[in-house]
Amino acid sequence: MVLVITTESALFIIFVVAYLFYIGKSLIPPYPHQVLEFPWLGSILLFGSSGTIMVAERHLKRGAIDRFHLWWAITLACGVGFLIWTISEWLKLIYKDGLTIATNLFGSTFYSLVGLHASHVLVGAILLSIILVASLRGKIRHRHHEHIEIISWYWHFVDCVWAVVVTVVYIISVKS
Amino acid sequence: MANGTTIEIGKEQAPARPGEERGTLTGWFLELLYTVDHKKLGIMYIGTGWLFFVVAGIMATFIRLQLAGPNGHVVGPETFNGLITMHGTIMIFWVAMPFVFGMANYVVPLQIGARDMAFPRLNAFSFWLTFFGGCLLLFSYVAAPGLSGSGPAPDVAWMAIAPLTARAFSPGSNVDYWSLSLLVTGTGSITGAINTMVTIFCYRTKGLTLYRMPLMTWLSLVAMFLIILFIPPLSAAQIMLTLQRYLGATFFDAQSGGSAILWQHFFWIFGHPEVYVLVLPAFGVISEVVPVFSRKAIFGYPAMVAASVLIGFISSGVWAHHMFTVGMNSFSITFFAFATLVISVPTGIKMFNWLATMYGGKIRLELPMLFAIAFLFQFLIAGLTGIMLGVAPFDWQLNDSYFVIAHFHYVIVGGIVFAVFAAHYYWYPKAFGRMLDKRLGLWHFWLFLIGFHLTFDPQHISGILGMPRRIYTYQPGRGWDLWNLISTIGALFQGLGAVIFVFNLIWSYWKGKKAGDDPWDAWTLEWATASPPAEYNFEKLPEVKSRRPLWDLKHPEDPDWKYE
Repeated sequence: MVLVITTESALFIIFVVAYLFYIGKSLIPPYPHQVLEFPWLGSILLFGSSGTIMVAERHLKRGAIDRFHLWWAITLACGVGFLIWTISEWLKLIYKDGLTIATNLFGSTFYSLVGLHASHVLVGAILLSIILVASLRGKIRHRHHEHIEIISWYWHFVDCVWAVVVTVVYIISVKS
Repeated sequence: MANGTTIEIGKEQAPARPGEERGTLTGWFLELLYTVDHKKLGIMYIGTGWLFFVVAGIMATFIRLQLAGPNGHVVGPETFNGLITMHGTIMIFWVAMPFVFGMANYVVPLQIGARDMAFPRLNAFSFWLTFFGGCLLLFSYVAAPGLSGSGPAPDVAWMAIAPLTARAFSPGSNVDYWSLSLLVTGTGSITGAINTMVTIFCYRTKGLTLYRMPLMTWLSLVAMFLIILFIPPLSAAQIMLTLQRYLGATFFDAQSGGSAILWQHFFWIFGHPEVYVLVLPAFGVISEVVPVFSRKAIFGYPAMVAASVLIGFISSGVWAHHMFTVGMNSFSITFFAFATLVISVPTGIKMFNWLATMYGGKIRLELPMLFAIAFLFQFLIAGLTGIMLGVAPFDWQLNDSYFVIAHFHYVIVGGIVFAVFAAHYYWYPKAFGRMLDKRLGLWHFWLFLIGFHLTFDPQHISGILGMPRRIYTYQPGRGWDLWNLISTIGALFQGLGAVIFVFNLIWSYWKGKKAGDDPWDAWTLEWATASPPAEYNFEKLPEVKSRRPLWDLKHPEDPDWKYE
């Protein structure tokens, strides 16, 4: 999983570089500071889900399977909530602000970077769902806690990428 | 001893040939389709490499026929552009990369005493992704003629520079076949690399520390690390290109303020480490062959490991030496020129260590060694022309000329392909239990050597005389005619040599001399099991207390671990 995270980081870095390189270079509006609001809800959901997944893991390690199910489901719900929040943000940007991937450099780099991240959240949500279903069917027990930990690393990675995206997109490019 | 020795490790059963247990031809075919065995997948990777080598080699032959004389009429300009794009793309991604993965797949688990790769099914997945990506690219010849009548195959050169690849300048879908086939195969490469690295880190047998690993395994490890770091930039750039072509994104579109140079940066951030991915396993092969056929342990193993890691590291910082002529500022140019010159230092260390291994050794001029010695000469020249090009003002004159083509073919053909041939003559006996025929091998060696030099030596000259790359023909009287003619004749020699080699591979499968476990009297673990190895690789592993466990076994009075 460490190697998967390394290779995915290499992929994300290129999109981040493209975003940074093109800050301030769009020829026509909309510009970041005009249309972006700080992503409070999305960030709370996603960063929170990293916390809840750790709680879930701790319950699994102690053998408290029911608590594990509860907190794992909460984590999944937070992830899905993040995706719904992303969709609502994009609907606003596309239909109210007129920002699409083809509009300008900001649009191209924004949607590609944030979209790549969202697709990784989606994959993570699918992974979490598979684990949840398998666990509810009785296949996952205390002895699997190391396997579950590896999945949680992926989820933490997705969270770290969001931290980078927030910094680059919602802080740096809005202030520039 | 030249006849080889047999090591009594345990009671080995005579292993069946692949598919023998299934009995029939259909059974053999299904065996290959479903296999997750690293040995069979390794052979399939290499078979894929040779298959695509024939395809891209035929393309090269047409290129050379078209350029043999001025005002050529063999193919038209659009077809020519398609040929050079496909030749380059296929040779790098579906010939050289499969050789890298094929050799790593076959050799690495055996060298570390493992039963298979860490994730055998993922291994099969990686192979089939690679294979289907290649089929997808070749499919463009059938499917891509677009509405606007643009050429079938991608014709934008293997580096697909923006804005030529934009919708406006490349209508039709040939560029998309280029992008998509590479996205598919790239994913196969990344998963294969992760698999190999986990295998090396986690599945070494008892006593085999990282510092006792054979150099082939070490160099494969560094190459795999470069793959997982530097194929994603290519994938990212291709995703951006596809978004631009289909959804109107503006990444490389100057009219929207975008930068076409950004494509070049992203491409070469991938492209330069990629060629090190290709060459490092070749170094690995040479580092195995030269000691065994000089009857001396490799000189300076720690320095070889350090140099390999350093080369991998520095290779990530030299990419813009492919962009000296696009208008970067002096600081950037100086930085990249400097880094390019610096990378010659660890590479030079490796060259000197190979020579030092041979010095004072008892040289056996068997076929693997012949190809290895040719490698040493040719890679030296390749490296030197690379250094020449790394001096930016020199590159300002010779960028995009045949001098560059000569340089990189010297590395890839004179270096990597020769090392791959050496690897075949060295490990074919292990894989198939039979030696490759020596007389056919000598014909192959001399024909290919002469052909290689006839083709690529004159290209240095035509390059210096001003012949640009990627031109489909040229006017007479520029002083290029003779060099191009010689170059084309060489292609025919190489083709003949390659045909003899393929014939040898097939003929020796049934008629070759039986090899035994250890035909070359070598020292690494793969020679401690039957040829071909049983499905499970090792019945019993020797104790590993040094870098040459089989030497220790054969010479208990003078073991390596006394000196390491």
